[in-house]
Amino acid sequence: MKHARIRLPGEADIHAVLVNDDHSVQLADGRRLAEDAVEWLPPAEGTVFALGLNYADHAAELAFKAPTEPLVFLKSPATLTGHRQVSVRPDNITYMHYECELVVIIGKTAKNVSRAEAMDYVAGYSVCNDYAVRDYLENYYRPNLRVKNRDTLTPIGPWWVDRDDVANPAALTLRTWVNGELRQQGNTRDMVFDIPFLIEYLSSFMTLSPGDMIATGTPEGLADVVPGDEVIVEVEGVGRLVNHIVSEAQFAARQAQTV
Amino acid sequence: MKQGRIVLNQQARQVTPLADGKLLLDNGNPLADSPQWLAPVTGTVYGVALNHRSLLEQLEAEFQQPPYQKAPATPVLFIKPRNTHAGHGSTIALPTQAGKVFAGGALGVVIGKTASKLTEQQALDVVAGYTIVNEISLEESSFYRPAVKAKCRDGFCPMGPWLVDAAALDPLNVEIRSYLNGELAETNHSRDWLRSVPQLIAALSQFMTLQPGDLIIPATPLRQLEIRPGDTVAVEIAGIGRLENRLIAEESAQ
Repeated sequence: MKHARIRLPGEADIHAVLVNDDHSVQLADGRRLAEDAVEWLPPAEGTVFALGLNYADHAAELAFKAPTEPLVFLKSPATLTGHRQVSVRPDNITYMHYECELVVIIGKTAKNVSRAEAMDYVAGYSVCNDYAVRDYLENYYRPNLRVKNRDTLTPIGPWWVDRDDVANPAALTLRTWVNGELRQQGNTRDMVFDIPFLIEYLSSFMTLSPGDMIATGTPEGLADVVPGDEVIVEVEGVGRLVNHIVSEAQFAARQAQTV
Repeated sequence: MKQGRIVLNQQARQVTPLADGKLLLDNGNPLADSPQWLAPVTGTVYGVALNHRSLLEQLEAEFQQPPYQKAPATPVLFIKPRNTHAGHGSTIALPTQAGKVFAGGALGVVIGKTASKLTEQQALDVVAGYTIVNEISLEESSFYRPAVKAKCRDGFCPMGPWLVDAAALDPLNVEIRSYLNGELAETNHSRDWLRSVPQLIAALSQFMTLQPGDLIIPATPLRQLEIRPGDTVAVEIAGIGRLENRLIAEESAQ
């Protein structure tokens, strides 16, 4: 099953919904609404972990050796947005790129979990686009929040799918299209640190809770995106997340309209 | 005005202090027992590292070398996630095989209004008030990669007990005193901070919208106050109160 969080236009209430095969959503009160009739929110609420350099090919692309220990950074709710939303490219920068990633949603409280038991703690999977603005990279707590935790720059969703609906999370194709053109392709089998390892690693020094999300890193194939671009990231068998790039001025105009 | 959050019958409740030191519950009844305190806020906790002038001076030469190449140009930020949030009086488990652990007596600046792209002049308008934070961390031998393993352990960010109104404190002139087993062990004064509270709020809000309930730790001290299982660590700020926590070994907590 697919689970999502949505809002209806002009309403404040957040609804937990099930998603049908045609991507319409089923509300608890029986209403069925089309994919384009709702506002898609991030599918879970919790701590968001993200992995840097977790695909060997991507690490090579950025001229790094793959790390010997996971490179983990955190994101706050400020940066998250949902399916079919917009992301802002800052003015006066030279390079902002997408990153298609498989996201693991934690389903049970996890502390000191072994690799062998790790998958018992997974509720399911989602997709995110972990945009980065490389102009703002500094060599302190890199990748720093100014690069990776900007308003609107982490679309996530559209939904999460149950763990048992994905036969092998270690063999999923990831793809990114920009304006309909395939630009990034990889497979989760090429992760440096796989899902069980990441759960064992994180839970060895901190408690993971239901709703926590682990964005597991991106393969090679990065490119700059600009206002007007449609960017779609897809993880095979999990979901396809649509996003549009806007300028700061376009975003400000949209905000003024909705207030 | 001061307020705090406690757990009563498994529910989060608001309390305010009475003149005699007892607590008044949000339903108007006095509280008989000493409560289990919660962190006074539930939003995102953002910390600022390397904002202490003398710490940065110590590291100046090192920061010209690889992997850093040059001193930080913008605030060095980190997040203390929800598993680290804890209340006054909580017992904190320290790892015993992970090197030194340091206390980080600090101010907590609590946001009261949605805040985006503020100027330094506007910044204090969005502050709801202030609390006390102990930003506990393992020793950091490098600042190159995010300090998740050092800073994000369970209970490593006790906060409270009180959230005081913004008017109760001048964030440009605040002293934080840390005590180890009752003895004054370290001070952290706002005059030693590279960037002030209004400058930091303005800088963060340029790229992240701050929400009511979010908290900013503007500066931690020099990481000289090592803490060990068996110790009691307290952090005091005049006008806010005293945040005290006891430390135990991780093994004995399990």
